Amino acid sequence: MEELIKIIVETQDGERVELEAPTDMGLSVMEVMKANELNVPAICGGMAICATCHVEVLESGELPEMNDDEAYMLETLPHATATSRLSCQLRISPEMDGLVVRLKPEA
Amino acid sequence: MLTTDICIVGAGPVGLFAVFEAGLLKMRCHVIDALPIVGGQLSEIYPKKPIYDIPGFPEVLAGDLVKNLEKQIEPFHPTFTLGERVEHLHKQDDGSFIVETSEGTKVACKVVVIAGGLGSFEPRKPAIENLETFEGKGVNYMVRDPETFRSKKVVIAGGGDSALDWAIFLAGVAEDLTLVHRGTSFRGAPESAQKVLSMAEEGQIKLLLKSNVTDVHGNGKLNAVTVLVDNATPYNIEVDYFIPLFGLVPKLGPIDAWGLELDKSAIVVNTVDYSTNIPGVYAIGDINTYPGKLKLILCGFHEAALMAQSAYNIVYPDKKFVLKYTTVNGIQEL
Repeated sequence: MEELIKIIVETQDGERVELEAPTDMGLSVMEVMKANELNVPAICGGMAICATCHVEVLESGELPEMNDDEAYMLETLPHATATSRLSCQLRISPEMDGLVVRLKPEA
Repeated sequence: MLTTDICIVGAGPVGLFAVFEAGLLKMRCHVIDALPIVGGQLSEIYPKKPIYDIPGFPEVLAGDLVKNLEKQIEPFHPTFTLGERVEHLHKQDDGSFIVETSEGTKVACKVVVIAGGLGSFEPRKPAIENLETFEGKGVNYMVRDPETFRSKKVVIAGGGDSALDWAIFLAGVAEDLTLVHRGTSFRGAPESAQKVLSMAEEGQIKLLLKSNVTDVHGNGKLNAVTVLVDNATPYNIEVDYFIPLFGLVPKLGPIDAWGLELDKSAIVVNTVDYSTNIPGVYAIGDINTYPGKLKLILCGFHEAALMAQSAYNIVYPDKKFVLKYTTVNGIQEL
């Protein structure tokens, strides 16, 4: 059954945008941001290899665990912080309702 | 100078298939790619990953798809320049082009097809003020000739495989080698990580964990970097060279300056034939954009076919294009 959750994105300009995302379509946070025409290059298309969908998580419930590809990429990324994630690896789930992320400059 | 009908920029799946579609219409192709191998990201990034949406292949490994494409275009004897990045497009008075690479290779052609995918892969630069002023003056993003660093003081930043490998190698060459890594552990190849840790214990590498390079200093030439270790008071290290190794990020690169109409780093094309705003230059595959664009290999294949019939009018202006089926006509070797 379709369920919509809310995600808040702080853009590179510091503006906060509220997005609605369906939980039943297997979308990632990156894909939802792109569909809403936010400035997310996501050049690699979601394979955790370009880091151009890098976000800093500001508020969240439980998020999916990092796989090795994502962890490796973040560990080698110069501007990553302790709460950095690749938004292409965050698959939308009901637990993500209310997630707040900040788009990082490179994205 | 090399001479051909079509110069294809990018040897990914779509660039390779463009050779096939051009070959059916008796147009010769030369293919250039910045990577030393063909296949683009399929070879470089995910050769062992399966692809499920190539028509007729329920499942095919990316690397196998590239091998099959190479076999498919064999009869048309394409020529390749690999490991060189395309830099310049020179338009000639007669409407033809000369494409020039980073190494000065020149290709004369009637048509240019940009099948550049994500673009070319370039080093990711850390956000350090003034870093660019020292590029080539002590700041290097890659190691071309290790001898450059002999008996020098070197700082490497990064925690990936290339940072580990070069730290290990250059420790034996440089007078002094410091590895600055943001994390507390290494996720790269475990043998390399172990080697770095043991070399640090033996004093061959100075290893700074939970650390960042935050500033660079010098007078015309780099002479020191500031490091912040575990949020303590930053201090300076005297260096001759600073090598940030933070992986590669795809960039459109020099194509950006060719005067093509762009939209968010993608080349705007006319969907009638995937031509760009420069007559004789086409863009196919992930690098182009148009209303409804989908970045799929299969869409790139379709774009290659339509491009070829349009390019035919430029390569053979006096002949009429006739669609021929391979089942009826077979493949005529070029």
